[in-house]
Amino acid sequence: MNVQVQQVQKTSFRTHLTRALLEVYDAPLSAKFGLLVIAIYVFVALFAPWVAPFGESEIVGRKFQPWDDQFLLGTDHLGRDMLTRILYGARNTVGIALLTTFLAFILGGVLGILAAVLGGWLDQLLSRIVDVFMAIPALIFAMMLLSIFGTSVINLIIIMSVIDATRIFRIARAVSLNVVVMDYIEAAKLRGEKLTWLTISEILPNISAPLAAEFGLRFCFVFLTISALSFLGIGIQPPIADWGSMVRQTAVLITFDDYTPLIPAAAIALLTVAVNFVIDWFLHKTSGLKDEV
Amino acid sequence: MKSNSAEHLLEMKNVKIEGFSDRRWHDIVNGIDLKLKRGEILGIIGESGAGKSTIGIAAMGYCKAGCRFKPGSSVVFDGLELTSASEEEKRRLRGARIAYVAQSAAAAFNPAHKIIDQFSESVVQHGVGSREEAYADAKDLYSKIKMPEPDTIGFRYPHQVSGGQLQRAMTAMALSCRPDLIIFDEPTTALDVTTQIEVLATIRDIVELFNTAAIYISHDLAVVAQMADNIIVLRYGDLVEEAETRTMLDYPKEDYTKSLWAVRTFEKTTVAGSRDSEPIVKVSHVTAQYPKTKEPVLFDVDFEVYPRETVAIVGESGSGKSTAARVITGLLPPLEGSIMLDGEILPSDYHNRTKEQLKSAQMIYQMADTAINPRHKIRKIVGRPLSFYLGMEGDEKQRRLNELMDMIEMDPKLYLDRYPAELSGGQKQRICIARALAADPKFIICDEITSALDQLVAEGILRLLDRLQQELNLAYMFITHDLATVRAIADRVIVMLQGRIVEQGEKNMVLQPPHHEYTELLLSSVPEMNPDWMDRIMAERTSGKGMQSAGN
Repeated sequence: MNVQVQQVQKTSFRTHLTRALLEVYDAPLSAKFGLLVIAIYVFVALFAPWVAPFGESEIVGRKFQPWDDQFLLGTDHLGRDMLTRILYGARNTVGIALLTTFLAFILGGVLGILAAVLGGWLDQLLSRIVDVFMAIPALIFAMMLLSIFGTSVINLIIIMSVIDATRIFRIARAVSLNVVVMDYIEAAKLRGEKLTWLTISEILPNISAPLAAEFGLRFCFVFLTISALSFLGIGIQPPIADWGSMVRQTAVLITFDDYTPLIPAAAIALLTVAVNFVIDWFLHKTSGLKDEV
Repeated sequence: MKSNSAEHLLEMKNVKIEGFSDRRWHDIVNGIDLKLKRGEILGIIGESGAGKSTIGIAAMGYCKAGCRFKPGSSVVFDGLELTSASEEEKRRLRGARIAYVAQSAAAAFNPAHKIIDQFSESVVQHGVGSREEAYADAKDLYSKIKMPEPDTIGFRYPHQVSGGQLQRAMTAMALSCRPDLIIFDEPTTALDVTTQIEVLATIRDIVELFNTAAIYISHDLAVVAQMADNIIVLRYGDLVEEAETRTMLDYPKEDYTKSLWAVRTFEKTTVAGSRDSEPIVKVSHVTAQYPKTKEPVLFDVDFEVYPRETVAIVGESGSGKSTAARVITGLLPPLEGSIMLDGEILPSDYHNRTKEQLKSAQMIYQMADTAINPRHKIRKIVGRPLSFYLGMEGDEKQRRLNELMDMIEMDPKLYLDRYPAELSGGQKQRICIARALAADPKFIICDEITSALDQLVAEGILRLLDRLQQELNLAYMFITHDLATVRAIADRVIVMLQGRIVEQGEKNMVLQPPHHEYTELLLSSVPEMNPDWMDRIMAERTSGKGMQSAGN
């Protein structure tokens, strides 16, 4: 019996994998490009110490050295290798943004589903709190809180995830409301199921597609906000390599006709565009719309 | 008009249509030929997935997104080949000379515009007349089809009129440019029998009045029998049989057609338990009201269900049938009265009921699609009550799952690890039955469980329920608006109207005269497989016999 079950699971895993590969094969060019870019970023982020020629905050040359054979992209205002810093930046900036988005999703998602399932005063209370949070522009709110609590990576992650959780709360609540009215939810309630089962087993699988799409978009926003905060000097703090603060630190070079500061900026832009390409494709697939033939 | 009336208005030859899914093209329609003269009505019959609607819209030279005509198909409308015509040419025809009436008027009307403005839109668009002329014409048509307040009803928004009225308004709208051909795609399927007959009468009058040709698509034979001059039967995109209506009804040739005709012959075999024993469910003097309404929706409802008995509750939509079910399940605590299950009084709110009480009364829903979680495998859907109520796990649960799947006549090896989307409508409904049975209940509420299914499939479900009743000593409460289902499965019948029980008793007593006048109206509105039935009924009704629909 058990062997049979295992076999079934194994084959279904294999078919899932083939299906996924086929989907990618069928994807539009923009989505393939996006996936490729994301894959490269992930690779660099994971293997930065092996790929980078120098150490993350190692001072290896003079200040603002131009591009040459030793320092492919020159050095920054302290004499650290730019290429190395950019490769490590993928790890730091992307990693922190990813962690922040995850936390935001857990917080906002759980509260959003609960608000939809339980309704009543809990829904009212949470929704009004979220309204208040959303009334304040995210960047300014984040700056205010960071100056109150101090700028550290931990604070940055917590503050950003709380602010972003409000947006995710709205989405999670809205999509859950569509699911909550389904007969299978009524059937589960009449069966006597508890709240945890309703949330995790009945509702969550049905809202995962829109939430996954939202995850990509949110990630972009968080990523941009963190970069913006770092550029302003209150985000990720030195000596950690980060694209936002690298733009700030080398910004003066632009007046000397040196495009080095644009490279971390381009790294930020490229990832945002790539993620959006993939999200567009994913949304198109899950919306069930068919193209006219 | 180019053609004379003797020529065929519409001629479809070797029409083949394919659709794209799962990375390849599938045949949907495999070479259909049909011809239609002016003033003629052609009925198209078939189960869902037979390609009826696809052929209906193909008559307008259109294919749904993701579908296309295969080479060699030909659709000629009044001398114009539509498969090769330009979009511009087709746009000139559609709405002006070919009109389409969709199944759900509520979904097809734009909710943000007044009905009469939607009527005049195509008139003005196609340059047939001015807005004022269209308004006048609309009022004239509304009075011809006997809509209430024909002068003002058009100025309402779609949600401000009833479903039947909206469907009639859509029929009038199809006529706005006096088309030569109208395609009716299941125009009465979503309506109650009492409303259906009015819409049917409207359609027939209109077609006669303007000598319009029509294609009438339906899965309901009795309805098509009233409307069509000729009938074609479709299955899996193939033409099964084609004949003149009376010939088709009286002497069907093909086995498939015969099986369709024979569907309504099922009669339940289980002998109901004696009414001397204790009832399983006793609903005593229940009055109930939704929190947001001012008036109660159920008044003093009182009935019992005994072991091995099937009680059918009939009535049109809004009569309180489903509300009664909600009160019994505890979703809507009543204002007054009580529910007794197996000798004990149930807490009125389901939150306060014990697992044992919840387990004993199960419910099966109308739409199997929304009643089972699309992200759960069948194993989880049917298995959950087993582990939740009975604490079964491992091999014991697997054995029971196999038994349950055998009971609903589905192979456990094949189906347990599938998702609901991989099943047909009838199979999904069987899964809902299995889930209800898994709880080991004494009483099952069936809320319109066959109304979304094709007749052959529905009959299979009824047979299954009958067999299970016999084997497991179940009691059923069967909510339905379909009297054929009642005849097939019920022991007792309760007729409801506007929240009140107007008549209840043994099936034979309720279905034989003398009836309550509302029961009479319901019964006489059920179409019969006799092409003369509607003429007779309409004649009787206009001569003053019987009563108008309760809805109006």
